[in-house]
Amino acid sequence: MKEITSVIQLIPIEHYVMLCVTLFSIGLLGILFRRNTIIILMCIELMLNSVNLLIAAFSAYHSDPSGQVFVFFIMIVAAAEVAVGLSLLVMMKRNVDSVDINLLNRLKW
Amino acid sequence: MVISGLFVVFSRSPINSVLSLIMCFIAMAGHYILLNAQFLAVVHLIVYTGAIMVLFLFVIMLLNLNKATIPQKTSVTRIAAAVAGGLFFLVMVAATRHTLEITPRYPFTSKIGLVSEVGKTLFHEFLLPFEVSSVLFISAMIGAVMFGKKDGITKM
Amino acid sequence: MVESIPNMNLALLVPALPLLGFLITGIANKRLKHNQAGIIASTAVGLSFLISVALFFMLRNSGQDAATVTLFNWIAIGNLNIPFAFLIDHLSLTMMLIVTGVGTLIHIYSIGYMHDDNRVNSFFAQMNLFTFSMLLLVMGSNYLVLFIGWEGVGLCSYLLIGFWFKNPAYNYAARKAFVMNRIGDLGFILGIILLFFTFKSVTFSEIFSQASAMQVGTPVITLITLLLLVGATGKSAQIPLYTWLPDAMAGPTPVSALIHAATMVTAGIYMIARSSILYNLAPLTLDVIIVLGMATAIFAAIIGLKQNDIKKVLAYSTVSQLGYMFLALGLGAYSTAVFHVTTHAFFKALLFLGAGSVIHAMGGEQDIRKMGGLRGKMPLTYLTFLAATLAISGIPPFSGFFSKDMILSKAFEHSPILYALGLGTALITCFYMFRLLYLVFFGENRSANAHPHESPKVMTVPLMVLAVLSVIGGFLNIPALFGGSLGFSNYLQSAVASKTTEEMSHSTEIGLIVLSVVLLAGIIYWAYQTFVKKAEIPSGDEVELPTLPRIITNKFYIDEIYRAVFEKPFGYLSDFLFKKVESTVLAPAVEEVGTLTSQLGALTRKLQRGNMSFYLFAMVAGILLFVVFILLI
Repeated sequence: MKEITSVIQLIPIEHYVMLCVTLFSIGLLGILFRRNTIIILMCIELMLNSVNLLIAAFSAYHSDPSGQVFVFFIMIVAAAEVAVGLSLLVMMKRNVDSVDINLLNRLKW
Repeated sequence: MVISGLFVVFSRSPINSVLSLIMCFIAMAGHYILLNAQFLAVVHLIVYTGAIMVLFLFVIMLLNLNKATIPQKTSVTRIAAAVAGGLFFLVMVAATRHTLEITPRYPFTSKIGLVSEVGKTLFHEFLLPFEVSSVLFISAMIGAVMFGKKDGITKM
Repeated sequence: MVESIPNMNLALLVPALPLLGFLITGIANKRLKHNQAGIIASTAVGLSFLISVALFFMLRNSGQDAATVTLFNWIAIGNLNIPFAFLIDHLSLTMMLIVTGVGTLIHIYSIGYMHDDNRVNSFFAQMNLFTFSMLLLVMGSNYLVLFIGWEGVGLCSYLLIGFWFKNPAYNYAARKAFVMNRIGDLGFILGIILLFFTFKSVTFSEIFSQASAMQVGTPVITLITLLLLVGATGKSAQIPLYTWLPDAMAGPTPVSALIHAATMVTAGIYMIARSSILYNLAPLTLDVIIVLGMATAIFAAIIGLKQNDIKKVLAYSTVSQLGYMFLALGLGAYSTAVFHVTTHAFFKALLFLGAGSVIHAMGGEQDIRKMGGLRGKMPLTYLTFLAATLAISGIPPFSGFFSKDMILSKAFEHSPILYALGLGTALITCFYMFRLLYLVFFGENRSANAHPHESPKVMTVPLMVLAVLSVIGGFLNIPALFGGSLGFSNYLQSAVASKTTEEMSHSTEIGLIVLSVVLLAGIIYWAYQTFVKKAEIPSGDEVELPTLPRIITNKFYIDEIYRAVFEKPFGYLSDFLFKKVESTVLAPAVEEVGTLTSQLGALTRKLQRGNMSFYLFAMVAGILLFVVFILLI
């Protein structure tokens, strides 16, 4: 155990930061690119997870357990949000018979 | 992980996207274990891959969304989106460039990933958020059930 | 300075009571019954008069010359310290007594005169407001409080002249009065500003104590006094700002009596008398005042010769008498001028009230060619009117004789030519006043309405009181010639700085008096011959007159000249500005701002498309900007 953990500390933190930034941008790109609502929801999950990873990495590097607890809470919120989001999607499918996000355009002046 | 992320974004069929996302999550679980966050890794696998992705798959299959029949966005929009996303990436990279100088705060313990440690912190410092999150769950459940009901909403 | 006299704060009640009367009659306007407004207003002014009398005795018993009563510290910025304070000294007490005394009588008279008017409550409210402003004017201890009262009386004059506002001609007259006053006020304000710059204060006592250390003929003082003179010219109807006074006769007669005979028009004279120390340092201004006063007196007297409206004759006579007062001021005889103000208040108010009585009896008729023979029908009015006419002509021992004689003798000391001009004006005054008397009260009744009656007691009692004052008022100031001791002038000596002159020899003085009396008697006889014996009635309006009488009857066409020289160009200028500047530049510019805002709004509205992807895009863009912003600062 000790060897594994000390090896971890040899990986400098900015690599993890870069990785998470990349994942986050990919998720962001996905949101802007796709019109399918399901894909958009999945990209949101991707973004959340990248942040989770980053916080866990920082928690490991600072030896601070509250980082992991925070990740735990984010997971909770993500789960709840997925549930609600999917039910919204079902409703959308029922109403406009499609999951194209551009069809919901009544929220204007 | 990055490649599976790219697959999530750019694949044509939603099922493919779901599968790539699952792959991404499993990779992430591996990273958690590398970071000595064992509890998190297991929870991640159970909650995310096991529950949330399954939910996605259910919905896709129930509503038969597998057909990639949706027209893509216009070129202008895609270029604009690409530019925005790319800019964001660049800016974040620039923002986080100076992370070389981070030094660890506490003395190193190898115990922080253990369930007991996480549990101790959870129930000592973060007790209130823990309890409040149960309220959050209840509201999410009620919301989901309410939205899912069929009660004669007229079609748009 | 002065130690405080006990109970001097009573002085605060003097302006406060008319103000209270104004508020009560103004607020309860709709609910006051018949005579209640008049009674309230007259009581307010009457009580002020009683308190002024009490103050007079208090000040005399205390042995001091002046007392200051401060209400509150009004402006205190840096070096500028202006308290809202009243100065009770001999000059202000004199004016207070005149204003409240004559004012009370006129208020009582108005109860009867304005009885049938349906806006009588507003009338009394405005009269009380006027009394309040006039009291502020004469009681102020610095130029700013004086100016507040100055503006206040200007406002009330406008309101009261245009009291019957349904008639557009009356409104024009009211506007004219206000605008001409304003022209004078501009000079007054500039004078106050210059005063402040020179003396770093506007309080009388501070300015005068600093000024007594200055040299005669300092340019700054001359400029200040000239500017203050401009203000006085507007308010006291001297050339060239006098044309509003005859037109102001459009207001009800009590208004003409109170404002345009006894009080407001004397505000300019009061102000110059108050600033006597400053004027003594500016001999140039004093010479200007002499010329101005004399010219006004003669000019107005000539016009008065040919007027056919009873009130217009009295109006021009007022202008002429004001010219006399200015003449006295210019000669350095400030207390004489104030004395003439006092006696003029008595007999001019009496003349106006008597004219009002006649108009009331004749059912609104004001043309003297249509009157006549009222002597038998209205004996009381006739007797009081006769007393006033004798007073204004300067017949001894009436009050006007004493005051006018003092002015004329001072003029003689200055230059005999001035005396001759003054005497000539006095003769013309006598002529047109007796012309008025004879045409209205003697002869046969020329009016279509055949039921003139005597006025009710509420109107005749004030007439009688004023008549008594006109007769005996002169005895306040008997010169040494007749064994008197110049009580009035000595009383005022502590407040105004009259120039001392060598006494004329008694024989010269007696000679002058005899000369004037003889000439006046001759004029009265000549007028009697013309208007009673030969019964020459002035011709009607349709008769074409020869040139000189026509010019005089039309007031030397001054109004028409003003209209052509001042009003028309201003009209063109404002038309031009309206069409070229306002319509094309300013109004569109303002509208443009509004249009611009709504266009911006339309632009911003496009941001809310309802398109979900656009919203997401906007969110990302926003976060991007935010992060960049954080990074950059």
